[in-house]
Amino acid sequence: MLKDFFGKKSKKRKYASIPSEHSKLDVPEGLMQKCTGCYKIYYRKEMQKNLNVCPNCGKHHQLKAWERIDSLFDENTFQEWDKQLISINPLGFPEYENKLEKDREKTGINEAVVTGKGLIEGNITAFAVMDASFRMGSMGSVVGEKIARAIERAKDESLPFIIFTASGGARMQEGVLSLMQMTKTSVAIERFSKAQGLMISVMTHPTTGGVSASFASLGDYNFAEPAALIGFAGRRIIEQTIREKLPEDFQTSEFLLKHGQLDKVVHRHEMKELLKTLIEMHQKGGRK
Amino acid sequence: MMKQLLEFEKPIINLKEKIAELKSLTKDSELDLTDEISTLEKRLQLLEDDIYGNLKPWDRVQMARHQERPTTLDYINALFTNFIEMHGDRLFGDDAAIVSGVAYYKDEPVTVIGHQRGKDTKENIRRNFGMPHPEGYRKALRHMKQAEKFNRPIICFIDTKGAYPGKAAEERGQSEAIARNLMEMAGLTVPIICIVIGEGGSGGALGLGVGDQIHMLENSTYSVISPEGAAALLWKDAGLAQRAAETMMITSYDLKKLGIIDEIIPEPRGGAHRDVKLQGENIKKVLDQSLELLRKYSTDELLEKRWEKYKQIGEYSMLEN
Repeated sequence: MLKDFFGKKSKKRKYASIPSEHSKLDVPEGLMQKCTGCYKIYYRKEMQKNLNVCPNCGKHHQLKAWERIDSLFDENTFQEWDKQLISINPLGFPEYENKLEKDREKTGINEAVVTGKGLIEGNITAFAVMDASFRMGSMGSVVGEKIARAIERAKDESLPFIIFTASGGARMQEGVLSLMQMTKTSVAIERFSKAQGLMISVMTHPTTGGVSASFASLGDYNFAEPAALIGFAGRRIIEQTIREKLPEDFQTSEFLLKHGQLDKVVHRHEMKELLKTLIEMHQKGGRK
Repeated sequence: MMKQLLEFEKPIINLKEKIAELKSLTKDSELDLTDEISTLEKRLQLLEDDIYGNLKPWDRVQMARHQERPTTLDYINALFTNFIEMHGDRLFGDDAAIVSGVAYYKDEPVTVIGHQRGKDTKENIRRNFGMPHPEGYRKALRHMKQAEKFNRPIICFIDTKGAYPGKAAEERGQSEAIARNLMEMAGLTVPIICIVIGEGGSGGALGLGVGDQIHMLENSTYSVISPEGAAALLWKDAGLAQRAAETMMITSYDLKKLGIIDEIIPEPRGGAHRDVKLQGENIKKVLDQSLELLRKYSTDELLEKRWEKYKQIGEYSMLEN
């Protein structure tokens, strides 16, 4: 194909671009950010202040675990749990330890999920948030264990449990141990649910595979951020299997809402208010 | 019937053919080859011991996928009486990739559910190669709830490449259907026994796979992704499937070592398809043990033990400070 030809050629650059001293001074790394939705350029700070939602097109860019916590919890109220749990290499998978080490350095967190408790507008809640920048948010033994423990603690302390998911699914490098974390977390949710615990799941971009097929779908309320990719199987695999092009909005939040798979699609700016309202609503009345 | 040949079985077949050739030679002539034949037969014995006794993970993958490998319905025939298949999820349709119904196991009414693949192309198309849609999982759940109501044990046979990756499956909530089964099965007040009979493919297997006891036939596999998928994903080369099969720890022996399954159910030499009746007997032994054990527990004990079983799965360490 002609297009392929051009594509390949442009990648094969024979020279390297070295930023001049001048340009280095002018634009310190990471000062600007280009929106991948509308290609407008913003100051990173401006974008962050807007919770990483593009002020122009409204695209929700990913939030890191701690950015999410800061966006929801009352200042200095979040208390982290099980921070010291770290992954090992149970199958002896080549390169796995190195990759974990690199991601720990890059992200400043020890695994793809941060759990703990804190106050949302004065309401105490147990919380878990996944971070897609750590091994694509994939779920191995530690992610499963931390989430299951957080749910157990929520049960023991009679707290609501809120989880923000962002994950490519089960972590391949831990094989079937990863798969079994789907069960572990689901059994924990069943116990929590039987104890009349309130669970809210908020799916963010992306929530797929084993994570969408376990705890992400098991909230009493299941929400999603706009235009997040949510699904069981990968788009490419489906296209190869059924040999047809899939619609543009396939496996987006809006697609799921249309097919009855979600309670609501929620803008990031309205998230805190919604969570607060729901937590409070479940503390009053009812049969306790 | 001509059996499907697996790559690693070729030396055995070659030798068998040679023996047959010699035998037919002696029949037609006055040559006495008795000694030669008996030497070769001894060698065949040794060769079979060697090959079947040292199956590599990739050999077992092929065994688990063997065209003639017994399916859920074969074992239902072998182990149960009065099986009545019950159809439909009452929400959308009936998924032929999962069979489900009531039967007697010895004198006890039970609910039996399993993935069902076909043995030929026609049946495979009808059963979608044993890859369920959401309605399959929802049908299974409906029957499990019914088992709970009537206090019947549940026996699940697992044999799928995975839940079907299709457009309609996504629209109807494949993720939700599997997730719901995981959660609901966790809380069912009756004993659940799961037996992996062929391929245990990822979430699609797990959707029928939450139990008090989990067993695997010796040559079955259970894995988060197919070896081909793993190789494509991790090394960008599906041709490295053999290596992936070795790395991923997917055989019954691996899962036993990882503390995920309870028992490895032995297979007849050469695989379950060589002797379905014997295979059925081997399953029966383990099933009897499981049922006897689980019957002793009160409902609370049963649920507590189920939680403890899954709670301990996973390996990690702690940072100091």
